[in-house]
Amino acid sequence: MTERLAASWADPPGLKGFLFTVDHKRIAGRYIVTAMAMMALAGLLALDMRWQLSLPGMRRMGPQLFNESFALHGSTMLFLVSVPVMEAMALWLVPLMLGQRNMAFPRLSAFSYWLYLGGVLMLWVPHALGITPDLGWFEYPPLSGPGYSPGHRADIWAQMITFTEVAALAASVNVSVTILKLRPPGMTLPRMPLFLWAMLVASLMTIFALPAVMLATSMLIADRLVGTQFFAPAAGGDVLLFQHMFWFFGHPEVYIIFVPAVGFVSTIVETFCRRPVFGYPAMVLSILAIGTLAFGLWVHHMFAVGLPRLGNDFYTAASMTIALPAGLQIFCWIATIAGGRVRLALPMLWVLAFIVTFVIGGLTGVMTAAAPLDLQLTDTYFVVAHFHYVLVGGAIFPLLGAFTYWYPKATGRMLGERLGRLAFAAIVGGFNLGFFPMHILGLWGMPRRVYTYGPEMGWGPLNLLATFGSTVAVGGGLLFVANALWSLWRGLPAGANPWGAATLEWATASPPPAPSFAMVPVVDSLTPLWPGDAPLRVMTGLRDDRRELLVTSVVEALPLYRQKSPGPSAWPLVAALAVSVLFLGSIFTPWALIWGAVPVAVALTFWFWPHRPRARHGPLAARR
Amino acid sequence: MSAPPATQIVGDLSGLPDSDSGPRHLVWWGNLGFMLIEGTGFALAIAAALFLWSRAPAWPPPGDAPPALLWSGLLTLGLFASGLPNGWVKRRALAKDAAGVRRGVLAMTVIGLALLAVRGFEIAALTPRWDKDAYGSAIWMLMLLHTSHILTDWGDTAVQAAWLYTHSIGDDQFADVEDNCNYWSFVIWAWVPLYAVVYWLPRLG
Amino acid sequence: PAGDQAASVFRLFGLMLLVCGLFYGAVLTLLGWSLARGGRAVAEPWLRRGLWSWGGLIIAGLLVLLTGSVLVERDLAGARARETLVVKVTGHQWWWRIAYRDPASGRWFETANELHLPAGRTSRLDLGTADVIHSLWIPTLSGKMDLIPGRANALDVTPRVPGIYRGQCAEFCGAQHAHMGLAVVVEPPARFAAWLAAQAAPAQAPADPVARRGAQVVTQGACAACHLVRGTAATGRAGPDLTHVASRQSLAAGLLPMGRGALQGWIGQPQALKPGTMMPAVPLDAADLNAAAHYLETLR
Ligand code: HEA
Ligand code: HEA
Ligand code: HEC
Ligand code: CUA
Ligand SMILES: [Cu+2]
Repeated sequence: MTERLAASWADPPGLKGFLFTVDHKRIAGRYIVTAMAMMALAGLLALDMRWQLSLPGMRRMGPQLFNESFALHGSTMLFLVSVPVMEAMALWLVPLMLGQRNMAFPRLSAFSYWLYLGGVLMLWVPHALGITPDLGWFEYPPLSGPGYSPGHRADIWAQMITFTEVAALAASVNVSVTILKLRPPGMTLPRMPLFLWAMLVASLMTIFALPAVMLATSMLIADRLVGTQFFAPAAGGDVLLFQHMFWFFGHPEVYIIFVPAVGFVSTIVETFCRRPVFGYPAMVLSILAIGTLAFGLWVHHMFAVGLPRLGNDFYTAASMTIALPAGLQIFCWIATIAGGRVRLALPMLWVLAFIVTFVIGGLTGVMTAAAPLDLQLTDTYFVVAHFHYVLVGGAIFPLLGAFTYWYPKATGRMLGERLGRLAFAAIVGGFNLGFFPMHILGLWGMPRRVYTYGPEMGWGPLNLLATFGSTVAVGGGLLFVANALWSLWRGLPAGANPWGAATLEWATASPPPAPSFAMVPVVDSLTPLWPGDAPLRVMTGLRDDRRELLVTSVVEALPLYRQKSPGPSAWPLVAALAVSVLFLGSIFTPWALIWGAVPVAVALTFWFWPHRPRARHGPLAARR
Repeated sequence: MSAPPATQIVGDLSGLPDSDSGPRHLVWWGNLGFMLIEGTGFALAIAAALFLWSRAPAWPPPGDAPPALLWSGLLTLGLFASGLPNGWVKRRALAKDAAGVRRGVLAMTVIGLALLAVRGFEIAALTPRWDKDAYGSAIWMLMLLHTSHILTDWGDTAVQAAWLYTHSIGDDQFADVEDNCNYWSFVIWAWVPLYAVVYWLPRLG
Repeated sequence: PAGDQAASVFRLFGLMLLVCGLFYGAVLTLLGWSLARGGRAVAEPWLRRGLWSWGGLIIAGLLVLLTGSVLVERDLAGARARETLVVKVTGHQWWWRIAYRDPASGRWFETANELHLPAGRTSRLDLGTADVIHSLWIPTLSGKMDLIPGRANALDVTPRVPGIYRGQCAEFCGAQHAHMGLAVVVEPPARFAAWLAAQAAPAQAPADPVARRGAQVVTQGACAACHLVRGTAATGRAGPDLTHVASRQSLAAGLLPMGRGALQGWIGQPQALKPGTMMPAVPLDAADLNAAAHYLETLR
């Protein structure tokens, strides 16, 4: 790597570099750290909730505090942890796996992070001030409407969503264009690692799903602020409109969280079984099928609203169909283990825990998909158990596996194995211990979102068990973090490719230098680093005196042209600030949409103002 | 422990151009991505309006007049007419004709301003108010959604015109002009279903 | 299950549990077997055959589940509406208004928080709400159905086994969603008819001086603004009908077992017992409080 190349990609030192950087690795790093901090907060909040529920008639919390707690827990976990952390992983990994030096739109990555941070502050600063949303992670009108939720709690919830969804949309466009247009020469679509397929599909799903929730929450704010009547039955509105729009987003959302996890699992399985994942075409088709089907079954969250039975049957069938691609994926991973030589290192253990746990969650999902059965199960702890099994088992476990897997690449050090296994055992064991009883509680009739219950219900012992298991799991989470911090300091040096993995991110040093790769790798298989000791084939010719990326064609990945890539810039941060002011203001007055747009326009103008010499002809030519 | 793998140089990219146009250009795809997002937003807003329509016994509800056709008709005609100069500018951009692009973008700025004025009258004539009933809320939502797109694209065009007249134009700027023209076409076509839902659905009976 | 609807859903649950259990067992077996092979890799053609058979199995399994689900759905929809009893249930934050028609006079009258149903007969519950969305759930009798502003929903239940069951609001509806319970009393038809007639009657007149004082407090004081006691001056409609309040099992939507002490405590400080409830604490001196509780206790 030449000095000049490193200098072209270096950030300015100090605070300036910190604020203005457009390096995808730095941005993704802070994205991940923020999301993890949120997970820790929301996890502790969950423990508090479990404390209140551990015995009948507990007086740790009153109804208001409890309602705030689960609303904050659910909203944080889904909007501020799961979705952003998956995008952040894409932001960090996608360019590296493509052998590229940055994302397609570097400043957009920075903008996305700052807006996401705005969303975090939007929820947690008011919480510190005592204005916490208290209606759950979905807030149905009319309960959330002007009549029953005075004050600004519901507005804060709705606008927090706008923040994070704009951030997520920006990241998704960025990720999908990067995957489509910045692949290294030779990485045709059929030679694209499964991880990239997963991220591509998740990003496209984001693009089609998120506008629905933004529209729904904007309509809600409009009802509350300027008196529109979208959800007011007395004036021709309809409260179910909100539910339809929310779940049109909400269902794909859960797969937007799950599909990246499919990518992690595939990558880890491949490395630790020392063979490509069995059934690559089946895997790709399954991911695509999940991505498409996900848009056709939102109504399974609304079986109890009294829609026509025939419609319910249709959505039952559609929901159950998802079990086919999901089941095929499970099979392909197991078959990869059977068809390879498996090595049970820590990341692989997480994969096993994923399979064992997620399948339970998937199967309970199929049960709730049956409309008549769901009428009994919906809004009970059975559903709470279902979605924690799929979210924690199906997304968080793979995520933690991914952390352990890529930790050496990101830090240059190995993660401590002993402590790692201890944390693993505590999290997986504690989680199953804590959440399996919830299925039974649900079947016994315990509804969700209740702050307390009477002793005559007989739910006490199992709730106590649930609390105990959750405590163990969260303790394991803390161990996990401790291990990561400790290894940062004392971990063994990792080298470029400690696991002997096959994808391009392992072809550069650990941690990767600012420009990531000195030259452009060329790929001719799914596992470019594996053909024995053959040298990695590369191309030269990107300039090293300025930031440049290689743009290739969408299907064949043929080199097309060299794209200039922008350097550090203040404008993403300024634009994010301006947008934040607009969003925040619009809680209080509709006029914020007008005056708030001015600074946004100014910031964007500076952002996109091209830097080229002044014109030498014409009426406005520069004077010599 | 391992070092990065040995490398073997198999080609040189320095001969490649440093820009391109159309779908070969990176930014074209970014633009497409944002049009997809907004298109989805339009589609969902229309779906929401149709949902309310399907639940309403009468659309517009008794007492509300269907929206007036005069200004909206003018706007529709004007919007489609603007497709012609817009297409011309795009062809100039593809031909990398600096003078043509400058004049074209300026013209589009003026045209956009005129259309915004018409839209202003159209909105002034829009009844009932958004807070009267769900019908009013729905048509206002659709109108504001589309107006905000005309407005942002107009702002973009105006800034672009200012820039083009004061700076020397490179390949990337031609690509930008092209993207802006594509976006304007999107704004035009998005109006078709919106126009139908806002102005003709209430006249179905 | 103590009713037809719950019973057919329960059978579906059994089917589900069986099929899903089999698949989970299969996944665990395959996984364990693969791990236990110690690196003796299975050949590719076998894996491919496995994939196809697994796909076939899943499709077969799904077809079984889907058929079961659709059949049960049909079953639930099947009208068994011979001379159906219609009961109107209206959700309030956070209690249930329940209305029956008096067969003698043909007039509707109201009660609250306790649903009585005749065993062996299909009743149709007409569901509405006065404010936000609620959901009626009586687990042993049937699945849930939401109560939605601007929409009319109905739930058919056919209880078979007499007994007292618990119902509960299942859709989050604000602060006291947890305490929006409902007692469901399923009785033989004759007992049900007797209950209905008793409930249709107006309130008992106060018999002793304390009760008379209590009646004054309740039917002429602040309480009357919100509560109805049929046959008296209390005609408020914001809160539950109190005409036969003491005949109920429990107080304030399942919060407390009915009784003198509970009544007194509730009237004295509703906000402490059920924080957020829409019933305010009405300032009463100890004697009046006592009298009011005593009077209500006589309203059987
Ligand atoms: C990562 C997130 C995630 C994932 C992957 C899933 C996966 C699935 N979910 Fe889940 N779901 C949630 C997150 C998720 N869900 C959340 C958060 C909620 C609650 C929202 C709220 O109300 O707060 C929810 C709620 C929810 C409901 C509504 C429940 C209710 O409110 O009443 C339903 C109903 O159909 C459902 C169904 C399914 C199905 C069918 C799948 C399928 O994709 C599962 C497919 C997988 C398998 C089936 C396992 C593997 C397959 C085999 C081993 C093959 C053999 C299987 C058979 C033949 C059956 N989910
Ligand atoms: C990804 C999403 C996610 C995650 C991880 C969790 C994790 C947990 N959840 Fe939650 N939960 C939701 C999403 C999630 N939840 C949602 C959407 C709802 C619905 C809200 C609503 O109704 O609106 C909900 C609701 C919900 C309820 C029901 C409330 C009610 O209906 O009344 C309960 C009750 O027990 C609960 C408990 C827990 C517990 C004990 C954990 C434990 O924390 C699980 C054990 C922990 C781990 C397995 C992770 C280990 C890692 C750490 C502890 C982090 C530390 C790490 C770093 C700092 C790097 N959750
Ligand atoms: C502002 C209206 C209001 C006033 C005044 C009021 N109540 Fe209530 N009352 C309610 C509401 C609403 C409920 C239902 C509360 C709940 O369950 O959450 C209720 C419930 C009750 C119940 C329990 C009924 C049942 O079915 O379980 C009793 C008993 C009662 N009130 C008695 C009184 C008495 C006695 C007074 C006067 C001293 C009074 N109320 C004044 C509104 C009122
Ligand atoms: Cu009513 Cu919950
Ligand atoms: Cu779903």
